[in-house]
Amino acid sequence: MLAAACGSSSSASSNKDKVNLVAYSTPEPVYAKLIPAFEKTSAGKGVSFTQSYGSSGDQSRAVAAGQPADVVHFALAPDIERLVESKLVSSNWDQNKYNGIVANSLIVFVVRPGNPKHITTWNDLTKPGVSVITPNPFTSGGARWNIMAAYGAQLKEGKTPAQAEAYLNTLFHHVAVQDDKASAALQTFTGGKGDVLISYEQDALLAKQSGANIDIVYPPQTILVQTPLATTIKSSAAGQAFAKWLWTPPAQTIMAENGYRSVVPSVAAKFTTLYPTPPTVFTIDDLGGWDSAMTKFFDPTNSVMQKIESNLGVSTGG
Amino acid sequence: MASEAIPAPRRSILGAAPSGVAPGIAITYLSLIVLLPLAALLWVSTGYGWDQFKEAVTAPDAVAALKLTFGAAFAVVAINGFFGTIVAWVLVRDEFVGKRFLNAVIDLPFALPTIVAGLTLLTLYGPQSPIDLNLAYTRKAVILALLFETMPFVIRSVQPVLLEMERDMEEAAASLGANRLTTFRRIILPTLMPAILSGGTLAFARAIGEYGSVVLLSGNVPFHTEVASVHIKSQIESDYTAGAAALSLVLLGVSLLVLLTMSYLQRRGLRHAR
Repeated sequence: MLAAACGSSSSASSNKDKVNLVAYSTPEPVYAKLIPAFEKTSAGKGVSFTQSYGSSGDQSRAVAAGQPADVVHFALAPDIERLVESKLVSSNWDQNKYNGIVANSLIVFVVRPGNPKHITTWNDLTKPGVSVITPNPFTSGGARWNIMAAYGAQLKEGKTPAQAEAYLNTLFHHVAVQDDKASAALQTFTGGKGDVLISYEQDALLAKQSGANIDIVYPPQTILVQTPLATTIKSSAAGQAFAKWLWTPPAQTIMAENGYRSVVPSVAAKFTTLYPTPPTVFTIDDLGGWDSAMTKFFDPTNSVMQKIESNLGVSTGG
Repeated sequence: MASEAIPAPRRSILGAAPSGVAPGIAITYLSLIVLLPLAALLWVSTGYGWDQFKEAVTAPDAVAALKLTFGAAFAVVAINGFFGTIVAWVLVRDEFVGKRFLNAVIDLPFALPTIVAGLTLLTLYGPQSPIDLNLAYTRKAVILALLFETMPFVIRSVQPVLLEMERDMEEAAASLGANRLTTFRRIILPTLMPAILSGGTLAFARAIGEYGSVVLLSGNVPFHTEVASVHIKSQIESDYTAGAAALSLVLLGVSLLVLLTMSYLQRRGLRHAR
């Protein structure tokens, strides 16, 4: 079995008709529709796919450790940067027209039907008696979007960085459960715990579509979740063709039909009723980019979030 | 006696050949499957140096996670040690309808993917509990998940000992006037103790490494319900390999210590039994 796996990996990079797709877990249902559509195009004829889905960080580490990959699609850019450091992805991966971002989403609030606690703004999350669900930002790379959304929203409300950090601290005293990943947090919420879940819009729409009894609230300020896609340096020609096709209107339309906001303006324009735009939408670059955010907020030994999590130890008494 | 008649050289050839190959196979196999990965972990974690190691294992959140993990593991061993022995006793000594079925069901926690176990327990003992018992997202939930995952160990190690145990000792004790409690304390328990200890040790080692079932059920709030394995996962996600390796080493070290202590106690117990 080991030999078989190795064999397929070495042939995959040389065989132009094969694509190893390694992605984070949320787009899996979208790729189930994208891949058959691609196989119907002239570029996609006869191309076979191997797909792998999992937590963004785990997937990125697996590729860095040698899992064969032609196309990678992660929840956040640092997971691609890891592959740049491992010399598996070219450092100019984000130099295309869309800066390497293949699909957008927003950070939204998921509340109980009818929004019984009247949660509409970020400040409502820290009202007395409100219980918040958000994944642990240290186990879930994707959950770092939630933190940056909460922090950025405070800045956009005119608060200072220090006040915004204090808000994060208060917010985390309202967090009842810190699941290890976004899908688990959604499960916790639909399982009856908490008043509000901080979530990807895409996850929330999908859950609602499949019958979950939830409401979606768009906070007045939120972050644009930009999910990056890249081909590896050793990618097959088919992998490159697939990646290129994903940015075309037909592919972007399929994404928009399945919960993602299109990065192509002409496609996005057709879906404005499905995807409302909150008054203030900012990006990670408005907050200084992932490089500085990772160090400032998510360094495991000395950072804003590390201190906030440590404060939980002081206040909950262990 | 017949073997004494076989000339010495022939016996050594017959004896040496298999015993020379078998240990070779055993050691190679063990090395590939267990020793090499453990050595690699040791190598990685010591490669960062003592200061990094100390910093990683004395960080307040790491200490809290380790305390919770070891505390819960010991609690689980105590509970499963007690009830597991009772279950084994009932399964061996009593006759009742459904006994065979129950006996077969005991190993199921091993077969069930831990994430499914976590989900099932969450449905049963979570906010929407059909039996109105909401333990999820508390430390009790950690113990609950670990009890489920480690339940088979003590039962399965005590069962065979009970099956082989001769009843004449008990009968002799009874005929000499010992009451049931004395018989249990002086005859049965000493015989079962090594098995309870070895089952408990396995349960302990399993409990401190458990991830899948705990992660769903506990809520993972640092300092409160975050166990060591989840904390290690957060360090890996943060590319803090030094911290993850250091904590893993602590888990392994404590497991080894417990294993060695238990095996020492067992040997001492056996000597006393003789």
